[in-house]
Amino acid sequence: MAASREDVKFLSNPKLGLRGKKYCRFRKFGIKYIDYKDEDFLLQFINEQGKLLPRRITGNSLKYQRRVATAVKRARHLAILPFVADLMK
Amino acid sequence: MRHYEVNFIVDPVLSGDEVKATAETIQKEIKGAGGTIVHVGEMGLRQLAYQINKRSTGIYYCIEFACESSEWLVKFELNMKRNENLLRFLTVRLDKYGVKYNDDKRSGRIGSRAKKKEAPAASAPATEAEIGTVPAPEVVDLDA
Repeated sequence: MAASREDVKFLSNPKLGLRGKKYCRFRKFGIKYIDYKDEDFLLQFINEQGKLLPRRITGNSLKYQRRVATAVKRARHLAILPFVADLMK
Repeated sequence: MRHYEVNFIVDPVLSGDEVKATAETIQKEIKGAGGTIVHVGEMGLRQLAYQINKRSTGIYYCIEFACESSEWLVKFELNMKRNENLLRFLTVRLDKYGVKYNDDKRSGRIGSRAKKKEAPAASAPATEAEIGTVPAPEVVDLDA
């Protein structure tokens, strides 16, 4: 007794492989300056330990990944972001 | 004309007048060296992300200024380093986008996102305070 085609359709997640392509948000939305004093914005680019997320995950272009990195480092110097942390988010 | 931004954290142990005086001496120094002050931003008392000189809070200032020559900045930074009222400082040169960003931020063209983020931040301490006050009546109930 083979299942009908209608049943088979939902045996795997229909959304698999449908994730959109990663993009650089700075290029897409035309953000030219990254404010190192904006804590909430920079939180998007660091993980729970306060480490920078790789480009592989954020999708930033190389140019803006470098700028994010400097911004985070400046924020750390000014004690806006921690150098090391547990469970930041 | 080059634009710069100097951030510094003033020791919170000082009195209000002393804090203002330190900020003013720094402004005077910039003016004395031929710089023009674009904006003085006071971010007020903030929690530090980590302790500096055994202080867990600090008063943040951010002064944006423009000047022709940059040679005096070395001296300026040395003075900042020697100033014992300061916990930290950072001088940054702004590119044209940075200048525009700061302008826009002051005139309120950007910042709607910042305002949204401020709301949960403001509510967070309130809930903490509630948690702190709640246990007391409960204990009284148990005794009764």
